[in-house]
Amino acid sequence: MSHDDHSEKLPFWRKYIFSLDHKVIGVQYAVTGLLFLLFGFSLMMLIRWQLAYPGKPMPFLGQFFHPKTMIGGIMLPEFYNQLGAMHGTIMVFLGVVPLAVGGFGNYVVPLQIGAPDMAFPKLNMMSYWSYFLGGVVMFSSFFLPEGSAQSGWTSYAPLSVIASSGQTWWLFGMVLLITSSLLGSANFITTIVQLRADGLSFFRLPFFVWAQFVTSFLLLLAFPPLEAAGVLQLMDRLAGTSFFLPSGLVVAGRVLERSGGGNPLLWQHLFWFLAHPEVYVLILPAMGIVAEVLATNTRKPIYGYKAMVYSVIFLGFMSFIVWAHHMFLTGMGTKMSAFFQITTMIISIPSIVILTALALSLWGGSIRFNTPTLFAIAFLPMFGIGGLTGLPLGLAASDIHLHDTYYVIGHFHYVVAPGTLFALFAGVYHWYPKVTGRKMSEFLGKLHFWPSLVFINCVFMPMFLMGLAGVSRRLWDPTQYAHAQAVQPLNVFISFSAWFLGLAQIPFILNFFGSLLWGKKVDRNPWEATTLEWSALSPPPHGNFNHPPVVYRGPYEYSVPGQKHDFWPQDMKEKN
Amino acid sequence: MSGHAPEAVKKHVKIYVAVFAALATLTVVTVAVSYLHLPLRKAVVVALAIATVKASLVALFFMHLISERKVIFSILALTLIFFLALLTLPFLSS
Amino acid sequence: MSSLIRYISKPHPVTGVTNAKLGTWCFLASEVMLFGGLFSTYVLLRTGASHWPRGSELLNVPLATLNTLILITSSVTMVMSWASLAMKDFPKYRFYMASTILLGLAFLGVKSFEYGSKFSHHHFPSTDPFYAIYFTLTGLHGLHVLGGIIVNTYFLFPGSALWRTEPEQFTGRIECAGLYWHFVDLVWIFLFPVLYLL
Repeated sequence: MSHDDHSEKLPFWRKYIFSLDHKVIGVQYAVTGLLFLLFGFSLMMLIRWQLAYPGKPMPFLGQFFHPKTMIGGIMLPEFYNQLGAMHGTIMVFLGVVPLAVGGFGNYVVPLQIGAPDMAFPKLNMMSYWSYFLGGVVMFSSFFLPEGSAQSGWTSYAPLSVIASSGQTWWLFGMVLLITSSLLGSANFITTIVQLRADGLSFFRLPFFVWAQFVTSFLLLLAFPPLEAAGVLQLMDRLAGTSFFLPSGLVVAGRVLERSGGGNPLLWQHLFWFLAHPEVYVLILPAMGIVAEVLATNTRKPIYGYKAMVYSVIFLGFMSFIVWAHHMFLTGMGTKMSAFFQITTMIISIPSIVILTALALSLWGGSIRFNTPTLFAIAFLPMFGIGGLTGLPLGLAASDIHLHDTYYVIGHFHYVVAPGTLFALFAGVYHWYPKVTGRKMSEFLGKLHFWPSLVFINCVFMPMFLMGLAGVSRRLWDPTQYAHAQAVQPLNVFISFSAWFLGLAQIPFILNFFGSLLWGKKVDRNPWEATTLEWSALSPPPHGNFNHPPVVYRGPYEYSVPGQKHDFWPQDMKEKN
Repeated sequence: MSGHAPEAVKKHVKIYVAVFAALATLTVVTVAVSYLHLPLRKAVVVALAIATVKASLVALFFMHLISERKVIFSILALTLIFFLALLTLPFLSS
Repeated sequence: MSSLIRYISKPHPVTGVTNAKLGTWCFLASEVMLFGGLFSTYVLLRTGASHWPRGSELLNVPLATLNTLILITSSVTMVMSWASLAMKDFPKYRFYMASTILLGLAFLGVKSFEYGSKFSHHHFPSTDPFYAIYFTLTGLHGLHVLGGIIVNTYFLFPGSALWRTEPEQFTGRIECAGLYWHFVDLVWIFLFPVLYLL
């Protein structure tokens, strides 16, 4: 690929827009992902108004909304459902995964393995633009006559099949996003297998690379059944088939004029076959980031690296055979229910091994309590709460009471929001100097961290109580039920916490852009870290390294006895 | 296998022709068996068995899997496990 | 400075494959799961149905048998086109690649005739679950055949320029195109008995 040599001569649109350089593509993914995270967060802030004050007009902002969404500032149920479906879709598919995998993965993995780029640079570029187009389709769907998708991010049939045109756009958007992920995952697997530097055996890889490697297999093998399901739902919506429509379905008092003979559960199986591995796609890169940040900032090797590697491989494998724990209430027999309960219990073991190893990595460390470290340490108990609250959901007996309640919302948000998102923030603060050549402000970083930690717990902890009280999810007006009225004050508390959480992100946004101009300039290795990306310039040039690195040791040789410095870079031949 | 020597490839050509003959024969066999109108269970087993043999011939010889290395096999073995899970578990859970 | 990406033409010493080959197999693994989703659909719909017709009652078995033989033959010509390049015989490569493309078009031609005949008898995907899954499975397969034909045509005409400058890399590309083409044949090997004979 000799296009490397002439990068300075490329026109602007080929250097920055349609770039083939993994670093440019990584930044494109990351910035787009962060923008979608902000947008998805904003949708939630709207939802929180309706939940705190059902049927009341939204002050000030209400006037700007189209009459099809709000009348006199009062949110219509259809719009509420759109917000719910799109908040989930955008956060998962347009926000977290593109940032975690497309952003961090693309930028850091080639550097950490000592490669000049990804194995397939053109494919890499195509996968970004496919994601971008998918995002445009999803965003544009809000402006359709009947609005966007409104059947949940889970798009269960038969409701999704008879829903308005926004659902069709959702399906096309998903096809584009899935294509992006498939192209990307083949790229990651090939890159990690083939392009590691000399001396970089698999068990010398940073845990971040292992996490991305397993994640890529999840994306590669779990997404296609959802793509198939998407095609089938499109056929149901556009070609009049009945893949998911049972016979004799009655809609609005009339029997639907379709052949019938379909099965709504078919959609659920195909959807969750992807969506369960998908949640591990959400968490694995985050665990990888936490490992890197903790090793660097404790000046110690990660505890139990090998156990973590075996665990993450086992976790990836198991993630494919637990999916029906999302379907315990669909009428499956006791044998299959037992099967999925058992696999679900088993899968908690590797998660616990990884979490424990990360926590033990703090013991005896010389901890630098900078912003990335604060976020990384906070990840541990937050993910712990998220994981533990998953246990009663994974057991059918307790799931009967908790399924589709706010308990579930509390559970999964704990793992993704103060879990993954905190880890992603840690990653931003940690790798920002490598990408930009400047450090972010520690003051603004802490101003971002502490309020976020407090308010995010205020948002999600009460949800467990609401779920236990029996409040269902996806309700436009919870107060129509007596048992929900009893806990309605919690909704008000959560909403205010959510709005304050939004305000707490302002220091981050200011820091992110401001540091580009005013951040302290740094050299190659401001954190004095050991992994290969810190041997390159900040930012690395096209092709990354002057000479292909050679690796002599493992990724976390910190505080090695008998050396002057407390870190020993992987590619440094002599002692440090 | 971009590093294959021309002489080695010539030997492969003979194998390709033999595999083609086998595939054509098995195709005729599978159609002939269908005319026997076996009970459904037996018919499924026989049809899938023949298809699996045909598929294996294509995979092993046309796709060179017989001389491919571990890395490809591992990806395929993993895929096969999940493929079987996808085929059987939804059906068993309904 | 020239930090080139390694293992484009020469295989990796440990894995024994080029990047393109590994990437192609990864892609094929995802395709196995894609068709797996559709086959799983077939299983669920058929086992849940009170009545399911025998394929041979509704579909044209002799025509599909012919199509099966067409596709198998095209797989042979495809692997022969790669073998010709490995034996440094470019004109033979063009002959075999052109044959593969023509056989692929013939397959699609037969398929179009089949579909046309179904439509003229008012059998559409919306008619019943059998036709729904029949059209979807064979339709998606047909799109894959079309995709393969387009890629092969590219490699027969503009893409073949690479043979003059990087013969090894070009041979590798044809091998990868072949892997894809054989996979499409593989899917049909299962599709045919499942839909037409059972």
